[in-house]
Amino acid sequence: MEAVKRRSGPNPFNGVSPVANSLINIFFTIYSLCCILPLVLIVMVSLSNEQDILTMGYSFIPNRIDLTAYEFLLEDWRQILRSYGVTFFVTVVGTLISLIVMSLYAYPISRTDFPQRKFFTFFIFFTMLFNGGLVPWYLVYVQMLELRNNIWALILPLIVSAFFVLIIRTFFQQTIPSAVLESAKIDGAGELRIFFQIVMPLSLPVLATVALFSTLNYWNDWFLSLVFITDDKTLSIQYLMYKTLLNIQFMASNSNAVAAISAAGGVVSYPNETVRMAMAIVGIGPIVFAYPFFQKYFVKGLTVGAVKG
Amino acid sequence: MALVRNMKKYWVFYVMMLPGAAFLILNNYIPMLGVLIAFKSVNYEIGMLKSPWVGLDNFQYLFKTTDAWIITRNTILYNAAFIVLNLVVPVAFAIFLNEMRNKFFAKVHQTILFLPYFLSMVVVSYLVYGFLHDTHGFVNTTVMKSFGLEPVQWYFQKEVWPYLLPLVNTWKNVGYYAVIYLAAVIGFDDEYYEAATIDGASKWQQIKSITIPLLVPMMIIMTLLQIGRIFYADFGLFFQVPRESGPLFPVTNVIDTYVYRTFIALGDVGLSSAAGLYQSICGFILVFVSNWVVRRIDKDKALF
Repeated sequence: MEAVKRRSGPNPFNGVSPVANSLINIFFTIYSLCCILPLVLIVMVSLSNEQDILTMGYSFIPNRIDLTAYEFLLEDWRQILRSYGVTFFVTVVGTLISLIVMSLYAYPISRTDFPQRKFFTFFIFFTMLFNGGLVPWYLVYVQMLELRNNIWALILPLIVSAFFVLIIRTFFQQTIPSAVLESAKIDGAGELRIFFQIVMPLSLPVLATVALFSTLNYWNDWFLSLVFITDDKTLSIQYLMYKTLLNIQFMASNSNAVAAISAAGGVVSYPNETVRMAMAIVGIGPIVFAYPFFQKYFVKGLTVGAVKG
Repeated sequence: MALVRNMKKYWVFYVMMLPGAAFLILNNYIPMLGVLIAFKSVNYEIGMLKSPWVGLDNFQYLFKTTDAWIITRNTILYNAAFIVLNLVVPVAFAIFLNEMRNKFFAKVHQTILFLPYFLSMVVVSYLVYGFLHDTHGFVNTTVMKSFGLEPVQWYFQKEVWPYLLPLVNTWKNVGYYAVIYLAAVIGFDDEYYEAATIDGASKWQQIKSITIPLLVPMMIIMTLLQIGRIFYADFGLFFQVPRESGPLFPVTNVIDTYVYRTFIALGDVGLSSAAGLYQSICGFILVFVSNWVVRRIDKDKALF
């Protein structure tokens, strides 16, 4: 983002021709629309009338605005709130633990005076080169740790990323002057104190970047749920969306609204198509609003420190 | 003796690394030892350890099926297409964004085309579904109709997916790669361009003879790093977007989805872990080869 702003070009006459410039503008306008319109379609379907959908299909311009789908979802707020709770907990707790564990590992291997530095760097680096595959990895979590249907199964596997640890280590090496560490030691500060009071505060830029990546990874994760979660209590919001798309009956069969109406003797047809898309909107919402903020720091973060093993 | 002295002096460091190291052992090193499952006939009743060794039986079985060839072909061909697209499209986007005269528009476009990168594959599969659903999807009900064409059952039409999946992948990732290349383009020294202007070079000549040649080293390295991972497919893309439609398997099944399905859905531990190990070994070799090439080009950019 910043990057675009910086270069206004030293020579105003050295630019593309006005015609080329307009062509570029037109192209990017069309492309930007391609990025947004698929989301708009989903929003419009969720605001449509179920009958209209069945006769005319998904459309960018609904025949009439109808909020029934959201009313149905509102009746089932428990499941949605619960799923948001799961996702929120997993994201916050996961990112915090992840940051602490990764920087604690990165610090010693950033210190040139630590004799075992090379071994422990290789120990983490090797995990980027080779992995045991899905089956043994699954068996560790399900048979050894017995974490099936446990919320920690959604947190633990993403705690350490070798790539991020190496990025943090490189940042420590390049930004923290060893003179500062030396003088702190002479003043009698212990290693832990140096780490928490000097190294960590000086490393906020890299920690923020890693935290953002980590937050996004946890928030968008559905794979761990797919593999480890078989009951309906620990559904993250992504997994709830996945299940809804796979089978709308999943929402309908758990619907309080439907249950209430049929208990009263009424007959109800569940607005499958619109509720499905409303569910997607409820799930997508936060990321669309958070991403302009996110992407700004992402762009900065992409240029943080080169990685070497 | 030296080790004891070392432990005494640096014990705090060992304590600091303990959680991370414990994680790596659990999450990475035990599964690495676990690849031995691929050489066993697993029987849950007597346990992993006591299950009998069967040598290469699982591998023989795997390579006798046509699946082995199909998943390898799909994984490599799709990734090859992704690598080319992730090179050409983002570089073009970065150059054009950089040349836009109105920097505010450039910034807006850059922000918008980064949006798909932040969406999960579940969301992407919803978006594709909105267009391709056979009875309600926008393409069938509006686009095909306005051209007077019969609706198509896209999720059964395997001919279109080899084009569709690269399209979706590029749509999702172009923002990310474009930003990386753009950061590089902006960093190039203005003096090159000033000198070229004085010599009368047009903007297009400058792009051809200055910007692209300066980008080449970075393009090569980004590409080689992706080649190193050519045996690993994007599980989400191939699992979520085609919605596990059976008729599409010949063109959407990749090693990662095959490993998942044979294990979770079919419960065939031997076959699945054999396929997993096959992937890990091929992947390992390719990382080494591509890294060796990167090292020869630019030592600083190599992974190791």
